[in-house]
Amino acid sequence: MTGWLVASLGTVGDGTYFGWDGFTIQSGNLIVIVVMIILFVLALVLPFPGGKRRK
Amino acid sequence: MSAHATPRPGIPADETDAHTWTGRARQWLLKKLPPDKLLPEDQPSYVASWAYVFGMGAIASLLWIIISGIVLGLNGPQWYHVSSLGSFVNSTHLWSVELFFIFMVVHLWLKFWMAAWRGGRVLTWITGVLSFVVSIVAAFTGYLLQTNFDSQWIAFEAKDALNAVGVGAWFNVANVGQLFAWHITLLPLAVGAVVVLHVLLVRVHGVAPPLEAAESDAQLLHHRPESTQSPESTESRDAVR
Repeated sequence: MTGWLVASLGTVGDGTYFGWDGFTIQSGNLIVIVVMIILFVLALVLPFPGGKRRK
Repeated sequence: MSAHATPRPGIPADETDAHTWTGRARQWLLKKLPPDKLLPEDQPSYVASWAYVFGMGAIASLLWIIISGIVLGLNGPQWYHVSSLGSFVNSTHLWSVELFFIFMVVHLWLKFWMAAWRGGRVLTWITGVLSFVVSIVAAFTGYLLQTNFDSQWIAFEAKDALNAVGVGAWFNVANVGQLFAWHITLLPLAVGAVVVLHVLLVRVHGVAPPLEAAESDAQLLHHRPESTQSPESTESRDAVR
């Protein structure tokens, strides 16, 4: 019965944190924000495949 | 039998046929969202851009969230915390949520800078905001169902705030059973309903054109919801491609 509880406990970690002058952010959150900004910029600059043919 | 006395299935009724609320509702729906707008075969050429794919990316992620969630709910935590396949499906449930929020936020940014509420699309914008807010609550209850120290920490950090605003008795984050019901029934239904409404409104008003598009753009005239012109001929549709 407690096996699944013990198994789930092993997956919890402290995580890695970055901080500058009182500002702290966990690595996972920072990665997600950076990925979203990259996707936003790429969506604006990358040509869409087949776009010229449709026009 | 006269041609207009009894509308046959699939045949739009004349305006004069609406003498019940069902008839009036049908006419209103057909006027707002005729079948060719609900399931269009083509889109304006400006839709061929990466800026227009993230909404559908969010919907694709949401579909996998729902499918994997059904599998997880039917098998239970003893399955997804112990077996390899269960852990895998549990992980895909988490990562599809990550993708859902990433795509939804990029979609939000792109539509914000496009001022996508233009042209009578205010309700489309508002339902998008609502789906974002309800999704945050749904994801929050998901993090509380990890049944580990992390979820316990999140629950009791949130408990004070929820008590302070007076909803702690009905939305009790310390009660895993109640949270399970919120997470697998009420909140998915809410997210699904708002997202469906959002998509239907996009179909009603058409996708928001880029800011650079001129008001006289033939594609805008064709897709303008208040346009009274009849569906254009094949020749004019080809002309804007």
